[in-house]
Amino acid sequence: MAKYRSLRDLGWSLIVITLVISAVGILQIYSATRGTVWEQAWWKQALWVAAGLLLMWIAASIDYHTLVGHAFVYYFVALAALVLVLVVGRTVSGAKRWLGFGPFYLQVSEFVKIVILLVVARYLTELRTERLEIRDLVRLVGLVGLPMALVMKQPDLGTALTYLPILAVGVFLAGLRWKHIVVILLALAVLLPVSWLILQDYQKTRLVSFLDPARDPLGSGYQTIQSKIAVGSGGMWGKGVARGSQTQLRFLPVPHTDFIFSAFAEEHGFVGVVVLLGLYFVLLMQIVQNAQTAPDRAGVYVSMGVGALLLFHVLVNIGMAVGRMPVTGIPLPLMSYGGSNVWSTFLMLGLVNNVRLRRFVS
Amino acid sequence: MGDTPPILRDDTKFASGKIAIFQYAAVALFLYLISGFWLLQVRDPEYYSEQADRNRIKSLPILAPRGKILDRDGRVVVDNHAAFTLILSRENLKESHLYPIAQGLDLDYERLQRRLASFRSRARYEPIIVKDELTPGELAFVEAHRDPDTFPEMELIPSFRRLYPDNGVGAHLIGYVGEISESELNLAEFARYNQGDVIGKAGLERQYNDILMGVDGQRRVVVDNRGRHREVIAMKPAVPGKSLQITLDLDLQVVAELAMENRKGAVVALDPRNGEVLALVSTPAYDPNKFAGRIRSDDWRLLLNNPDVPLLNRAIQAQLAPGSTIKPFIALAALETGAIDDSFRVYCNGGATFYGRYFKCHVRGGHGMVDLHKGITQSCDVFFYHVGNRTGIDAIARYAREAGFGSKTGIDLTSEAEGVVPSSEWKMRNFRQRWHAGETISVAIGQGALTVTPLQLAYAFGGLAMGGVWHRPHLVRDPNRQERPRFAQINPANAAKVVAGLYGVVNEGGTGVRAHLPGISVCGKTGTAQLASNELLRSSTLGQTLKDNAWFVGFAPCESPEIVVAALYESGEHGNVAAPIVRDVIKAYFDKKARQSQARMLAEARRAVPQVGPVRP
Repeated sequence: MAKYRSLRDLGWSLIVITLVISAVGILQIYSATRGTVWEQAWWKQALWVAAGLLLMWIAASIDYHTLVGHAFVYYFVALAALVLVLVVGRTVSGAKRWLGFGPFYLQVSEFVKIVILLVVARYLTELRTERLEIRDLVRLVGLVGLPMALVMKQPDLGTALTYLPILAVGVFLAGLRWKHIVVILLALAVLLPVSWLILQDYQKTRLVSFLDPARDPLGSGYQTIQSKIAVGSGGMWGKGVARGSQTQLRFLPVPHTDFIFSAFAEEHGFVGVVVLLGLYFVLLMQIVQNAQTAPDRAGVYVSMGVGALLLFHVLVNIGMAVGRMPVTGIPLPLMSYGGSNVWSTFLMLGLVNNVRLRRFVS
Repeated sequence: MGDTPPILRDDTKFASGKIAIFQYAAVALFLYLISGFWLLQVRDPEYYSEQADRNRIKSLPILAPRGKILDRDGRVVVDNHAAFTLILSRENLKESHLYPIAQGLDLDYERLQRRLASFRSRARYEPIIVKDELTPGELAFVEAHRDPDTFPEMELIPSFRRLYPDNGVGAHLIGYVGEISESELNLAEFARYNQGDVIGKAGLERQYNDILMGVDGQRRVVVDNRGRHREVIAMKPAVPGKSLQITLDLDLQVVAELAMENRKGAVVALDPRNGEVLALVSTPAYDPNKFAGRIRSDDWRLLLNNPDVPLLNRAIQAQLAPGSTIKPFIALAALETGAIDDSFRVYCNGGATFYGRYFKCHVRGGHGMVDLHKGITQSCDVFFYHVGNRTGIDAIARYAREAGFGSKTGIDLTSEAEGVVPSSEWKMRNFRQRWHAGETISVAIGQGALTVTPLQLAYAFGGLAMGGVWHRPHLVRDPNRQERPRFAQINPANAAKVVAGLYGVVNEGGTGVRAHLPGISVCGKTGTAQLASNELLRSSTLGQTLKDNAWFVGFAPCESPEIVVAALYESGEHGNVAAPIVRDVIKAYFDKKARQSQARMLAEARRAVPQVGPVRP
């Protein structure tokens, strides 16, 4: 079986970029939380990044074939954990998302991403056919849909939606028949209006205000408007570290978590934005390159799943900063303050390295 | 499942094309994101910078205090006290918040809405002042509710509330302030003021508004999303209004007000040597503190509807028949025109008939043989019927006008009334009728169409006492203007004869003995004026309820007058009840003068005595 050979085989450029983005994130958290109750957040984030490196090492060292092989075990553990969250989870502002371990609280749904990644990879690698049959599709949707439903029940639509790109890229890579694509599109066309009925009221107002933020500038459209003001007023070169008025005077909501990129854009301007987006893009391309050099299908699915998930996060979170995506409350990986997301991101990047280390085997 | 994974397919080229598609999609999506930043940060940064500034920078007015008003001795008559004013910023004002805010601050909701509507044409960043002088309870309400989740549009700024004397002392001459009204905004007088400015509405506050009113400043502060002030980035300090020293003597004013307590009428005290107003009282008065704010309370409506019209400044606006107080001027006109001479005598048996109509004297049995001196001291009506009849209305009118009746004295207060001096020309102009000689008989005793204001009477007597020199009455001395008094061409001997009669009124058993003061020669004249001289009106029920107005005008010392006081006591029935009012004011004047000269003498004596101390080598 596959054995990695030396530390030199690790994706060092990927790790360096990861750490650079994390450092920018810690700096931005520091800048955005000065003089607030979140003042301690930056060094906690630094601690989590350090711990994240350890998790990355662990995720890289256990052979991913073993992990994919155990995928269904993890899957049932994950389902049990999600049910447990709904039963004994800690409620914060109306949502049960956290499970307490002593002084720590973990956002279980963040770690479920990894399990879904593994279980989708496992299912697809076991396919005997060239293309997905309709029953495979139904099973996959069921596999992903069950934890999604549990997460939506918390309610946490944003995180639940992040499971979809893993499924989507897997299905895309495995291949579909055209007639199935048509059927799926038709089903979506029917389901979308129906889902409007299922959405919570606050979710509806978020969607409406995304489409027309000026409609109620002090209400639900407030976040989008303030974010656009923060970004736009940053201009070409930005206002400087800890000098963004929107961030420092708290007009920008949660500038250390969901809107951290807006805070960054205000203080570092368009130039900073292009550099940082460039870093994310290079990171993404590193992951894709790993998929291209993967020794087997499982490695491709794992790497591309991580890539798709990262792209989705970046697109939705940063798109939200410029008003091109609705406010969903999903974090920006490596930058937003929050231990669970840092750890799940580092674990996933560890999986990518895992695949990389074993690329010469076969 | 064990350590060995199940069969995994290890062909890897199956997806290379699709991975390339994923890469292109990623490039497209990143470009899509960058284009979003391009639009905001490179194409429109100015717009968003402006929005960010609008978020963080708040312009707050710094209200300028009005100038104080000081009396002639430098004592504070009108002051300011510190208060808190609530302003509403309109940029983040929510319509639905208005009602609870109005409730919490005890404001009328509809009035608040109208107020907001009236500011609609002003720039949105300008806040609206909603309530002056918050009570501690209202302050607590504001502090507890101005967080961003409740009513962030509320903002407190320090302000100054006008503090007027208690009990309405000097209310009419001081006037009051209020927010400029829509109609006033269209007047030339207020052209330089803006909506929301607090201006003088009446009295000195209005007359000298330009001096008293300061210029508001502005503070631009950086605020956070909770409206807390972080730093001041620009400051234009307010320019306080200038203080105004007036000629009023607060001591005399208070004495006059006390003398008029619970009486309706007016008192005017002037210095006839220069026209300075020493006291000016109108009763009933009102407490301007109760409504002189930005938004008028219900007290204002009560005042407007009060049947005693307390808002009327009777001292300069009441136009009433002078009664017998006009007689000195009838006498002067007669002497000057030669209608009578020193030998002129009339026998009074209680009445006389002129032009077919019988005119009574106020003394039923008559005064017997009456000359000019007795005519004035006893205020004999029959004597003055004859004098008036001989002088003629046009000569009377000429000398009455010379004394200042029938036109504004020119005092530095707005809304002064002119009064009426009837003449043949006046009647033709106003009624297209010829003057009947019989009407002159009424005018000769201060009835008929003749009306004067209390200020005019004090002014006229002052000039007469000075031998024909009239100084324009004024409350504020303008150091730059040397206004010359008005000299009348009067034979001083004639004036002296009239003044001698006025001395007799008080000191020789005349009608005004109650104005007598030991040690001070007080001259004066009583007046009892019928409100309804018309026979028809007198016989009606209304006529019977109307009581005569009492007048007294006095000055002292007779030979070199320093003070002249006119008192009107409405429905006082007889002039001699008005005399003590004048006496009290004159007494207060001389008592104060004596105290001051005593103090001065003491001080001089101290300076004169050589310092006792150790002998220096």
